[in-house]
Amino acid sequence: MRVSPRSSGRIKPSGRGTEVAIWYLMRVTGVLLFVMALAHFSILHFIWDPAEQTSEFVTRERWNNLFWRAYDWTLLMLVLFHSFVGMRTVILDYIHGARARVIIMSSMWILAGILFVIGSLVVFTLPGLET
Amino acid sequence: MRRYLGLLFRYRGREGTIAWAFHRISGVGVWLFVILHVIDIYLIGGNPAAYDELLAFYASPVGRVMEVLLGAALLYHALNGMRIIIIDLWPAMTVHHRKVWWANWIIFFGLGIPGAAIILLPLYRDQLDGLLRTLGVS
Repeated sequence: MRVSPRSSGRIKPSGRGTEVAIWYLMRVTGVLLFVMALAHFSILHFIWDPAEQTSEFVTRERWNNLFWRAYDWTLLMLVLFHSFVGMRTVILDYIHGARARVIIMSSMWILAGILFVIGSLVVFTLPGLET
Repeated sequence: MRRYLGLLFRYRGREGTIAWAFHRISGVGVWLFVILHVIDIYLIGGNPAAYDELLAFYASPVGRVMEVLLGAALLYHALNGMRIIIIDLWPAMTVHHRKVWWANWIIFFGLGIPGAAIILLPLYRDQLDGLLRTLGVS
């Protein structure tokens, strides 16, 4: 990764390809996560306490309405994109063997796929939604 | 080990090196937690008793210290990410890059210390109550 001496962020890749799209998308998802992830952490640590958050609490209180289910699913999509694309940059920086890269990156995309499926499944199928 | 530390800190330039290394470490840390968190939420549907047991660990003293570390990683990564976006999109800010860097740390500790105090409250609630009684406040 080429690092900008100004901001210490990744230098914007040249051209119009996937890498530039990724560079922009990391920033867009980053701003959205700044708001949504920090709000999520604050609500579940400062308003509610982990000691109260049983599975009953999630079913009956937290996820009984569409807004918070939609919010949490959006957060899941944003964080999966941002964290796995970020990990891709880290892996490409430290893993140089072609074979090792293919193995590690394939495992990463499989893991991302599993998290996408089980995370979506629980948001969409957990009972308790009041309409 | 030195080789790996060298790799982590291979980009050299005062604050920038630290900002970059912390961004990377906190990012990988939050990624690891996200994997755990999706799995634990999945348990609410699949095995609610196991979820409740895990949440009891999250609410324990060790769990709370780990949550403070998670919150610190999240807050650092969020603030430093905004710093990167501001300086990249608004190059004139480069002149003030040091001020932005220190402003980040002021916000980090300004929000982080009260936040940590709330998360860790059950660890020192008895002592706090005792102190307040001694002072005659409550």
